[in-house]
Amino acid sequence: MVAPKTIIEKIWDEHVVYREDGKPDLLYIDLHLVHEVTSPQAFEGLRQKGRKVRRPDLTFATMDHNVPTINRFVVEDEVAKNQMTALERNCREFGVPLADLNSPEQGIVHVIGPELGLTQPGKTIVCGDSHTSTHGAFGALAFGIGTSEVEHVLATQTLWQHRPKTMQVNVTGSLTPGVSAKDVILAIIGKFGVDFGTGYVLEFTGDVIRRMSMEERMTICNMSIEAGARAGLIAPDDVTFAYLRGRTYAPKGEAFEQAIEKWKQLRTDEGAVYDRVVHIDGSEIAPTVTWGTTPAMSSPIDGTIPYPEQFATETEQKAVQLALEYMGLKPGTKMTDIAVQHVFIGSCTNSRISDLREAAQIVKGKKVAPGVRALVVPGSQQVKKQAEEEGIAQIFIDAGFEWRDSGCSMCLGMNPDTVPAGEHCASTSNRNFEGRQGKGARTHLVSPAMAAAAAIYGHFVDVRTLYQEVVR
Amino acid sequence: MEPFVVHKGKVAGLDRANVDTDQIIPKQFLKRIERTGFGRFLFYDWRYLPDGTPNPHFELNRPENEGATILVANENFGCGSSREHAPWALADYGFRAVIAPSFADIFYNNCLKNSLLPIKLPKEDVAYLLKQAERSDYELTISLEQQVIFDDEGFTSSFDIDPYRKQLLLKGWDEIDLTFVYEPYIIAYEKARS
Repeated sequence: MVAPKTIIEKIWDEHVVYREDGKPDLLYIDLHLVHEVTSPQAFEGLRQKGRKVRRPDLTFATMDHNVPTINRFVVEDEVAKNQMTALERNCREFGVPLADLNSPEQGIVHVIGPELGLTQPGKTIVCGDSHTSTHGAFGALAFGIGTSEVEHVLATQTLWQHRPKTMQVNVTGSLTPGVSAKDVILAIIGKFGVDFGTGYVLEFTGDVIRRMSMEERMTICNMSIEAGARAGLIAPDDVTFAYLRGRTYAPKGEAFEQAIEKWKQLRTDEGAVYDRVVHIDGSEIAPTVTWGTTPAMSSPIDGTIPYPEQFATETEQKAVQLALEYMGLKPGTKMTDIAVQHVFIGSCTNSRISDLREAAQIVKGKKVAPGVRALVVPGSQQVKKQAEEEGIAQIFIDAGFEWRDSGCSMCLGMNPDTVPAGEHCASTSNRNFEGRQGKGARTHLVSPAMAAAAAIYGHFVDVRTLYQEVVR
Repeated sequence: MEPFVVHKGKVAGLDRANVDTDQIIPKQFLKRIERTGFGRFLFYDWRYLPDGTPNPHFELNRPENEGATILVANENFGCGSSREHAPWALADYGFRAVIAPSFADIFYNNCLKNSLLPIKLPKEDVAYLLKQAERSDYELTISLEQQVIFDDEGFTSSFDIDPYRKQLLLKGWDEIDLTFVYEPYIIAYEKARS
């Protein structure tokens, strides 16, 4: 009898090209996504050594990090422009397919991979970007790598990797209306910390996860890296298969049916043992807002900003103190009393069509509060088009939001979209690090609905109360 | 890659936890297409005041830390973005090793690819080194071969490192060249799956 395995071990074992004691495994990579910021030095390395891209057919590139979201063809930043031109040149020279700014397939790399059906269950997927964990939502083993590793994958289609430890993150119960996938992952990180996943691959399980759409699952897996885990995944099921059917690069016809049969095997066997198991009750999760400078520094919307003394260790107390100074916030302040001057709905965490629908539901028929600048940046040109066709774009525009072209935008402010020093931004992105959205910018991570509500009210509000109105 | 065998150097302390790669090298400097020249942007937003002058309160700007080649920091160093520009910036600034109780996975791997040695030490050792690093004359010696780190005053500690990575660092080998030795296995794997 074969020993029971977790889905993580199944995918791993399927991809080992070579194994030897005292060495990491040589792991085959099925899909390599490439973007303009972390690839130029890798292509240059190939050029210097006269090497080729081994499998251009398993490689796919786009530009997303520093593309302007208005007048996208006018890149005023010469250095950024140079980086995008370099990607075009590299893709041409090495034969790598590229969704450039003219392409209807362009978008944030972690939005378009799934959207185009490139992301599939059981694949090993890498990209020079830490949010590659997003693709784990399909039951793929997907992780971020550095530029040297990008070069290694381009040249060999493999990576030397140590077998990761496995962790089950079980989310039981059911969510209250108004509580979203974003709140779930923020609550998990808040409860277990920003590094509990270091060295592990996470498998998210439980009723709450099972009931989620693919786009909600992507939000969860996206932020695995914010828990320190390079990868997080969810076993594929009918929701996964339904999402993939008919996508551009997904198998077609009979091949798709056969693929489903294979994908159904991708689940953790009864009796398989994880290295660690953690649990959280979904029923207890409230809409969550970060108040500090790590994604774990968060509070339920009906809570208050904590006092440094409430934390156990001296290191934590010091970190909290520094964070509150940076954020310009006082302990004891109610979360609902925090005013915002900026709202950003976008990023690889929350810029898909369902995120925009969720936000639009809150915004419909209302106006952005005076003094608030609010931005919607769809995750891809396809999402943008769909939102325009559904009338969602018009809801945002009528309310006073700026409606932009797709890209990473204000999540990291590599393009002109930034938050000025000292101002607060309700952001659906994934990192509230110091300076992330602009030097001195004060970021609060929230769900799309919470961001939308903050835009309308000018401060954070508990969307659970608004949802009751919407439902009625 | 430059080999790493033994290194003796001055120690600088950065007593902060969860130092993310956005701090190590802020995003405005990621647009360059070269691997070199990132040192002057290291910790940019902490290191410089808005008017561009050095921030006297930032740890690395203290006179006693000038010329340091070993950085000691707290938990979860290098978390966040996968940008390899972070180790490029640390190495270009002059660091040869970073010591912390724990590192983020991607950052740790990226260091190894750039001959910047990441060393995990127990929390008590790191606390001791952070204290010592406040002096201007404190030096440590690191032997990768022996996997030990010590000073001239009796402190000594050993560290773990993956034997495969250790070998690459000691020899300064190009990993891609080595992997090509295994190409027959890659070809066989591709054949078996097609």
